[in-house]
Amino acid sequence: MTDRTIAVDYLARVEGEGSLRLRLEGGKATEVELRIFEPPRFFEALLRGRSYLEAPDITARICGICPVAYQMSACHAIERALGLRVDGALRDLRRLLYCGEWIESHALHIYLLHAPDFLGYPDAIRMAKDHRAAVETGLALKRAGNAILEFLGGREIHPVNVRVGGFYRVPARDELETLLPTLEPALAAAESTVRFAAGLPFPDVEEPYEFVALRHPDEYPMNEGELASSRGLALPQERFEEAFEEVQVPYSHALQARRRGGGTYLVGPLARYALNRGRLPPRTRSVVESIGLEPEVRNPYRSIIVRAVEVMLACEEAIRLIRGYSPPARAFVEPPSPFPGGVGAAVTEAPRGILFHRYGIGGDGRILEARIVPPTSQNQARIEEDLRHLVDARPDRSDAELTDACERAVRNHDPCISCATHFLRLEVERA
Amino acid sequence: MAARPRLAVWKFASCDGCQLSLLDCEDALLSVAGEVEIANFVEASSAVSPGPYDLSLVEGSVTTPDDARRIQEVRAQSRYLVTIGACATAGGIQALRNFGDVEEFRRTVYARPEYIATLATSTAIREHVPVDFELRGCPINKAQLLEVVAAFLHRRRPTVPTGSVCAECKRRGVVCVVVAQGTPCLGPVTQAGCGAICPAYRRGCYGCFGPHDSPNLPAWTRRLGELGLAPEAIVRVYRTFNAGAPAFRAAGDAAAREGA
Repeated sequence: MTDRTIAVDYLARVEGEGSLRLRLEGGKATEVELRIFEPPRFFEALLRGRSYLEAPDITARICGICPVAYQMSACHAIERALGLRVDGALRDLRRLLYCGEWIESHALHIYLLHAPDFLGYPDAIRMAKDHRAAVETGLALKRAGNAILEFLGGREIHPVNVRVGGFYRVPARDELETLLPTLEPALAAAESTVRFAAGLPFPDVEEPYEFVALRHPDEYPMNEGELASSRGLALPQERFEEAFEEVQVPYSHALQARRRGGGTYLVGPLARYALNRGRLPPRTRSVVESIGLEPEVRNPYRSIIVRAVEVMLACEEAIRLIRGYSPPARAFVEPPSPFPGGVGAAVTEAPRGILFHRYGIGGDGRILEARIVPPTSQNQARIEEDLRHLVDARPDRSDAELTDACERAVRNHDPCISCATHFLRLEVERA
Repeated sequence: MAARPRLAVWKFASCDGCQLSLLDCEDALLSVAGEVEIANFVEASSAVSPGPYDLSLVEGSVTTPDDARRIQEVRAQSRYLVTIGACATAGGIQALRNFGDVEEFRRTVYARPEYIATLATSTAIREHVPVDFELRGCPINKAQLLEVVAAFLHRRRPTVPTGSVCAECKRRGVVCVVVAQGTPCLGPVTQAGCGAICPAYRRGCYGCFGPHDSPNLPAWTRRLGELGLAPEAIVRVYRTFNAGAPAFRAAGDAAAREGA
């Protein structure tokens, strides 16, 4: 077998700019590099000196796909630094906003980015010529998620209504209920999405992932919970840095995260589901049982089913939260006086997995230091392992087949490169 | 044109939000796709066909030596080039590096700064190549995006308002947050287009669409001071997502001199 190099200059249907380079020698993958060439934007540096109140708006601009995740992790971290507790209806409204982002982001990936791989199209537009109803279902679900973001946040991308301590303005109950006529059909569409995804053809693959996600005793985790892993990690979320470290590799603008003293791990829908299956809301749980979904999904291609499950639970949760809502007395909780400053860290569940923020805040309210660890940088090294296994299992494939298979394997994890750079082109080299 | 016009979407330093706005046109997406050939939109399609293109939408700012070269190639392949969003039209939030020390930034974020190729500045696309139209916003407004695409495909000028957020806010009938709450707001100096959402949510406008075409910035800086903002806070107000827009840059620099 000849040695060869395979390169994909610009990975398609992922968010942001990345490439892939593989080197095969004697039928084994000797180098697998997921490269993130998205230009760095230096967020941690430019946050210094800004007011703590600006962090949710500035960090939202790290990612146009999951701005709410940045806003949520920023708020929780800063609130922990200042000793603020945000609960009751304000907590429920945050979870509702997060439901909107999960629905919008997952529906985008399932129907517009991922499903074309299974059905054999280059994109959803061309897929729509033969599968118009499926694409329209996807767009309707996406619209439902965006409806929550627009109503509660002011707009879909970079919502303006999130504030440290709560919101700038909270809705009246009858205003919030205007979302129900959109969300009730969306719940039905999400159920049909779970069945659509479960019926797709899947390659037979199992990966030995260490799953890492938040775990919460009462609910499927979004804003709260402890850090947990499928290999027994259990740690308060603010102590993230004790368990995980970031290393820099020469070929990527994204830092790669690893377990301290350990190896790679996987965050995102597969991890959340494996660690929180018992907390699915009732209607979603009954659908999961009816399709016979395994308790831990270790086939990365089947992540499309788990994303659909999460869309469904987010619709179900959103409806529950709206029905149970009564407006809070105040739109936000004020920091104590005198302003305390301090250091605080938090992890929330972005659509693609755990997102860590830590801030040091001075007594004048200015940010002294900031650290952000996005989900895709945590998954990068694990995605490379998926690729290595894929190449080693069938090294006889042609360059074109291998390139196509590798691109699909990357898309399984819905990498968000804009996030990871703080984060991708495929080259396969066969010497 | 006998064939459908060919559309390309390009990304430079950005958050992806503005090109996502195209996919967020859920109701119009399939009909737009029927009117144009989506010839190059990597984020949405693995089918990429070579130029030339009739209309290129460019998101993001120029921050690396490679991107400074790449934008020339994009321009050369594009009949019309439209920049979309605050990064492409003003350098974006990452243009805050223009006021700081990029070497120090690089060392703050990355342990091995020598791996990172970056320019000292983040600059708008028009500073590198001629641009046929600039669509403002952080993010852009998707209705305005559809208008711009439709206008260029029909070879007419886009109809995009150039007045202030303040006027938009009055038309919407929102209670003024400056007058009623004493909240600092950039509505009088910021270009319309968002629908005055911040005042509608009881917060001050923070300037996502950049300065409108004739803002009285010295007067508004004085007013912000009267509302209780210290000069260093006023500097921060002007230096956000459109920090590199000339009028905001001048106003921020003036406030910085006053605070020094």
